[in-house]
Amino acid sequence: MRQTSKNVLFKWITTISFTLISLIALFPIISLAISSFRSSSVLMREGINFNIDFSQFNLDNFSYIFTQASEYWTWYGNSLIISAATIVLSLFFSSMVGYALAMYDFKGSNFFFILVLFILMVPFEILMLPLYQLMMNLMIIDTYIAAILPMIVAPIAVFFFRQYALGLPKELMDAARIDGSTEYGIFFKIMLPLMGPSLASMAILQGLGSWNNFLWPLLVLRSNDMFTLPIGLATLLTPYGNNYDILIAGSVLTIVPIIVLFIFFQRYFVSGLTVGGIKG
Amino acid sequence: MKLVPNIDQIKEKKPNKLLKVLNSKQVVPYIFISPFIVSFIILTLYPVIQGIIMSFQSILPGQVTFVGLSNYSRISNPVFYKGLLNTTIYVLLTTVILTIIPVIFAIFLNSHLIKLRTFFRSSLFIPALTSTIVGGMIFRLMFGEMDNSLANQFINFFGFEAVNWRFTAWAGMFLMVMLASWRWIGVNVMYFLAGLQNIPGELYEAADIDGASSLQKVWYITIPRLKPILIFVSTITIINGFRMFEESFVFWEAGSPGNIGLTVVGYIYQQGIRQNNIGFGAAVGVILMIIIFIVSLIYLIATGAFKRGEE
Repeated sequence: MRQTSKNVLFKWITTISFTLISLIALFPIISLAISSFRSSSVLMREGINFNIDFSQFNLDNFSYIFTQASEYWTWYGNSLIISAATIVLSLFFSSMVGYALAMYDFKGSNFFFILVLFILMVPFEILMLPLYQLMMNLMIIDTYIAAILPMIVAPIAVFFFRQYALGLPKELMDAARIDGSTEYGIFFKIMLPLMGPSLASMAILQGLGSWNNFLWPLLVLRSNDMFTLPIGLATLLTPYGNNYDILIAGSVLTIVPIIVLFIFFQRYFVSGLTVGGIKG
Repeated sequence: MKLVPNIDQIKEKKPNKLLKVLNSKQVVPYIFISPFIVSFIILTLYPVIQGIIMSFQSILPGQVTFVGLSNYSRISNPVFYKGLLNTTIYVLLTTVILTIIPVIFAIFLNSHLIKLRTFFRSSLFIPALTSTIVGGMIFRLMFGEMDNSLANQFINFFGFEAVNWRFTAWAGMFLMVMLASWRWIGVNVMYFLAGLQNIPGELYEAADIDGASSLQKVWYITIPRLKPILIFVSTITIINGFRMFEESFVFWEAGSPGNIGLTVVGYIYQQGIRQNNIGFGAAVGVILMIIIFIVSLIYLIATGAFKRGEE
């Protein structure tokens, strides 16, 4: 009896504590969403605060961004193009590599797997200056190619696909070979569809990474109409700006689609963003 | 870079046997991994070597000269040390916060006694979906300089004086650590929850029979069992801490007052890109690589991460 009443107390205390913690975690996003209906210049001057006057709420920021802010939509388009290309290319190449490392016994397969792990350990920030110089020499600075190129074979995705492919039935490959399928046919027609869940997780990891990526695009994307959303929004973060409507409403429009996707594909978001936790 | 042309040559020389060769189990895996080999050579191996070479050079447009160790000797300056100090403090704080708090949260959230567990997990995770830039902008608005911005309203309520957040050394560090913690706690909670689910329930049942208290169970069963994930999460946090740049950029863009927000990567960006001192920037990059390597190695040895392989 005492044990259960103790449990009930524990249950309530923890539930209330976590309700508070969750509210604190969500608070910045909620407060931004609410603030986006306030005058952006007042908001930038005073900051987010508790003195909310609902009678002052309006849709000015949003109507401005949808009608006047063509540069914002250029950034949005750039971000969409770069993220989509990164997802498609990195999934295509990384799944192929990870699959081969898992399914074939070939000379050097262990060496290449160790190489994947090694690259995972090398921070990108150390490679960025030589890569930047390389992009300059190739004359592809300020192009989508420069922004996408370093991301297309992602070691983390190769690692993930390898671990996932290890769990696939190899008998299917033999059966398909007897049916006269080529090795490529086996991969694209039989095994790749079986890797669906891992593709979804990696699409989210690569997509979100690319959507939010900052430092590399900052180096290689130079002109305003090539900027991605984070770079473009960061340029508006000056104390002398006059485009705060774009900054505030634009930030909201950057997060909302991601949160909507998250609500529908939660499982893949979590497995995608916690790749290293998957046991080998 | 050279492997793809070789395969092309095979194609040209043996058109008859082409399909057979390309479909043999000896060749197929190499074709599958060729994108990795090419990208490794161009995008990892080349930059690592080139970075080391550049660190001994003075690079001006159309004029590259070897300057020996002069880049390295110039690194020893107060600004770099300030950046290194800031980065080290940031690494220590984020590693402690982003390991201990998520473990505690995960242990509670794993308990079947809590309602709304899925909601709590999702709420903690959602900040990870925002970019550092958007998250940082919100933080700037919440931690504004004015007395009536949210954070100052809050601390005024408890009787403290308003803080000039972005222009005070401790507060600047606080902002960067808060921003990173806010974005990453939920992700780390997920790692630990995955680890907790792998602990066999019988261990706790046996402990119950022996009359162990909840705290004893956590200390003697949960924590030791979570050790691999604890090491993994803290190592990642250490490495990410040394790589930190955006959390500083979003609060101060080009430069912070008295360099209170300068980090090592920020210094590489400032010197290598902004000042076009690309050789010097590369030298700082090499030093950073060595620091990260040594620190992670010491940490992994100290925590006994390598011992697991011997068992």
